[in-house]
Amino acid sequence: MKIRDIVTLLDAKVFCCEDRLDTEVHAGCGCDMMSDVLAYVKDQAVLLTGLVNPQSIRTAEMMDIVCIVLVRGKEPTPAMIELATERHLPLLGTQKRMFSACGILYSAGLLQEGDQS
Amino acid sequence: MDSLELTYQVPGDDFSRAGEASSAVKRTLKTLGFPPDLIRRIAIAMYEAEINMVIHADGGVVTARISPELVEVSFADVGPGIPDIDLAMQEGYSTASEQVRDLGFGAGMGLPNMKKYADDMTITTTVGVGTTVLLQFQIA
Repeated sequence: MKIRDIVTLLDAKVFCCEDRLDTEVHAGCGCDMMSDVLAYVKDQAVLLTGLVNPQSIRTAEMMDIVCIVLVRGKEPTPAMIELATERHLPLLGTQKRMFSACGILYSAGLLQEGDQS
Repeated sequence: MDSLELTYQVPGDDFSRAGEASSAVKRTLKTLGFPPDLIRRIAIAMYEAEINMVIHADGGVVTARISPELVEVSFADVGPGIPDIDLAMQEGYSTASEQVRDLGFGAGMGLPNMKKYADDMTITTTVGVGTTVLLQFQIA
């Protein structure tokens, strides 16, 4: 699916990089612990997280993650938006909780981390 | 390409800036045309090491040496040292504070992740003096 589809499915707000919404997403990862995110390489993944600090953007940058979704209505800090914009990384926000947001994307065909089948 | 050496001071008092050195090296490697999978391995291992320097050792110095055959990155700090390396290498073992955990780190995956992504990892540490972690990546 495309990032644009995630925006629709999660009724998400786009905080930056609207010009990148046609990027393809092949996998997803829902996690608040960045060390766990860094343990598994994924291809063209979206990261769903409740972690609101610039390290979620840094982690995504290192992993080549293509999109971040903040769950539970969390608002990014100005530093996060600035860093995400610099790195051309679309930053989204949804009112949905982690479990629901992951479930919706999974049901819509997004695979889990590492699952390439 | 000749070999290239890059040095970065990692500040220990600003967690929000942790990762800047890893990000800079990642962008340099991309510019130099290294393979994307290799760049990602280097970036992840470096980022874990950089975070460790900030949360455990009040920052330090990162030196990256890049040549066509090998990328070698050292992380030198004057922090508390690691008393038991075998224990520190165990997945899930962490001495990080609750505050660090709230920031999304301290899951006890840092050193295991570095070892997993690097081709070779050497830790030199003395309690009360400091730690140097050397990560090596062979270019296939």
